[in-house]
Amino acid sequence: MPPLATIETRGLIRRFDRREALGGVDLSVAPGDCLAIFGPNGAGKTTLLRLLAGLLNPSGGTASIGGVALPAGPAARAQVGLISHHSMLYPALTARENVEFAARLHGLADPRTSAESALARLGVLDRADVPVRVLSRGLQQRVSIARAFVHAPRVVLLDEPYTGLDAVGAAALSSALEGLKSGGAALVLVTHHLDEGLAIATHVAVMRDGRFVLHERRDAIDPASFAGQYRALVGVAG
Amino acid sequence: MGATARPDGGGSAASVTRDAALAQLDRPYGAVFWVAIAAVIATLVRIAYFTPIEASQGPAQKIFYIHVPAAVTALYLAFALMAVASVLYLWLRDPKLDRVAATSAEVGLAFTTVVLVTGPLWAKPVWGTWWSGDARLTSTLFLWLIILGYLILRQAVEDRAQRARYSAVLAILAGLLIPFIHLSVYLFRTLHPQPIVLKPSAPSLPPEMLATLLMSFASFALLFVALLRARYRLATIADGGLADGTASERDG
Amino acid sequence: MSEPPGVIAAAWAIARKDLTVELRTRAAFLSAAVFSVLAAAIFLYTWDPTAVASIDLAPGVLWVIFTFAGLLGLNRSFSAELADRAIDGLLIAPVRREAVFLGKAFANLIFVLGVQVVAIPTVVLFYNLSLGWGASAAIAGITVLASVGLVAVGTLFSAMAVNTRLAELLLPVLALPFFVPVVTAAAQATVLVINGRPLSGAVDWMRVLVAFDLVFVPACTMAYPFTIES
Repeated sequence: MPPLATIETRGLIRRFDRREALGGVDLSVAPGDCLAIFGPNGAGKTTLLRLLAGLLNPSGGTASIGGVALPAGPAARAQVGLISHHSMLYPALTARENVEFAARLHGLADPRTSAESALARLGVLDRADVPVRVLSRGLQQRVSIARAFVHAPRVVLLDEPYTGLDAVGAAALSSALEGLKSGGAALVLVTHHLDEGLAIATHVAVMRDGRFVLHERRDAIDPASFAGQYRALVGVAG
Repeated sequence: MGATARPDGGGSAASVTRDAALAQLDRPYGAVFWVAIAAVIATLVRIAYFTPIEASQGPAQKIFYIHVPAAVTALYLAFALMAVASVLYLWLRDPKLDRVAATSAEVGLAFTTVVLVTGPLWAKPVWGTWWSGDARLTSTLFLWLIILGYLILRQAVEDRAQRARYSAVLAILAGLLIPFIHLSVYLFRTLHPQPIVLKPSAPSLPPEMLATLLMSFASFALLFVALLRARYRLATIADGGLADGTASERDG
Repeated sequence: MSEPPGVIAAAWAIARKDLTVELRTRAAFLSAAVFSVLAAAIFLYTWDPTAVASIDLAPGVLWVIFTFAGLLGLNRSFSAELADRAIDGLLIAPVRREAVFLGKAFANLIFVLGVQVVAIPTVVLFYNLSLGWGASAAIAGITVLASVGLVAVGTLFSAMAVNTRLAELLLPVLALPFFVPVVTAAAQATVLVINGRPLSGAVDWMRVLVAFDLVFVPACTMAYPFTIES
């Protein structure tokens, strides 16, 4: 049984040229937790996710995944799955080929079967053998999610995954996320959809100008008043 | 001056140093530059009036005193500095090193252009061909093209850290390439003997000519250093002045 | 559970994927192949083989075509990764950056060799060359050595160029100076081979190719991680 992962950052800073995109972020996401991060464009949410994914290195502070400090080598990336608003797919390849390729890159023993079950879980197995560019945006997004989940990651980073999903797709995604959570994965979800985020989150944060301006347990939030609270936190300057 | 905001406060010693450094930026062309200009002028005078005319080649041979030192400066000063600064940049990620490499490339381009212009100007009257195709000239041509490519690459990348990384990789690979260019030209000429052109024959130069050559080397080297400093200071201003933030200026 | 693949296994998976994508669309390969034939034809009509012996023209033509057809192929290598940020998928996978480079370079090598399979017979045909088995084998060897060098440098520079404003123009500007020793050595060796000179003369040039490959394949592999933002 692989070690359960925790995502942990202390005073995390990331600079581009002289601009501070992350100005000191503290968070801790335990197995089975889901941290939902809301915030306006340019708040640093994508930078935070890319950093946790290992695509960027910290400029200051510390970050660790499963106890391994970032920046970490290739092996540490094995337990991370990333979904961004780009599909990260090859348009000329089929859904099956895309997900199998991801499975192979993770060294899965049976890439074909793993790909099939990932595609089935997202409800796209019946369209598995057409080139991805032919699929609608919503179906592409589901294939992209299957691709990210095929290796059963312990840490899942999601950057606005509900964008472009219809009700069926959103339900499939939420159910897949719940499955991962109960399997002990740690999730960080960046989204504009307050309702969907609150529905699945165990912790909630609001980000502005590279910092958390709110960071609470989900059960401390009143869903009815949260929208107003959020607008107040980011509305004026954001 | 640039619109760099000066932080207020700080100890008096720190602000004296800051002011001195900022004042330097106001005068990129300092004493070194004018000494270098004087040295180059003196060298040109010496070349024209105080150096004997070479017997077989005539007055056109005097271009040699500009051509060879410019080539040496371009390759062994400018390009070497570019390559070394690039290696150090990839190791230390200090943007100043990237600035040094880029500045060296620009000044190096100027010297390389001088070589490529004086080469044919010398070859045509003396040997009857514009392009002598010898090892040094061909290598310099490629150096010119590589430096030009380096500067074009920098123009094409907007993100500062990415530009620095890409430039550094190019400069280092170019450093590996130069020996292959030399080798290819050498092999080519061995298999296709061509009229013997550039034979600088430095060891067998009479003393006055050797002295002129050395003087030229020295003044070109000095000019290179002066131009480098001036250009570097101008680049520092363009990048937004000194790093007056608390953290060290490191890339990515 | 799974074991992340080693460098070779990962590179192979990436190369297979690249080649599958290329086979699926075939656009770049056909463009490069057609370019080769067209260029050979243009050279045939601009350099009159009745005035200068075709056996003297052919090597130059062949290796000039090699250079530019190679550039056509190299461009596609990383551009497929950019459109939907598939490159992020490669970078987040538990594989070393060097494996990504090697996989793509190997796919490019197959591509370039594939184009040469079209280009070389075309030039042989147009210029009426008669090659014995020895000469043909030598040219095949030269082609492989030259292609490895071209692809090592070209893959690295296309990784950089694709992220810039002038991608298709920048790649030739950066890469051509590096191709010169490769193409010079290949062309000179080819001249000796097709004129029936003893192989020992061509071996010098082939040594240059081997040296180039030995220097630039590791150098470009090690340089690739530095081109990635981090």
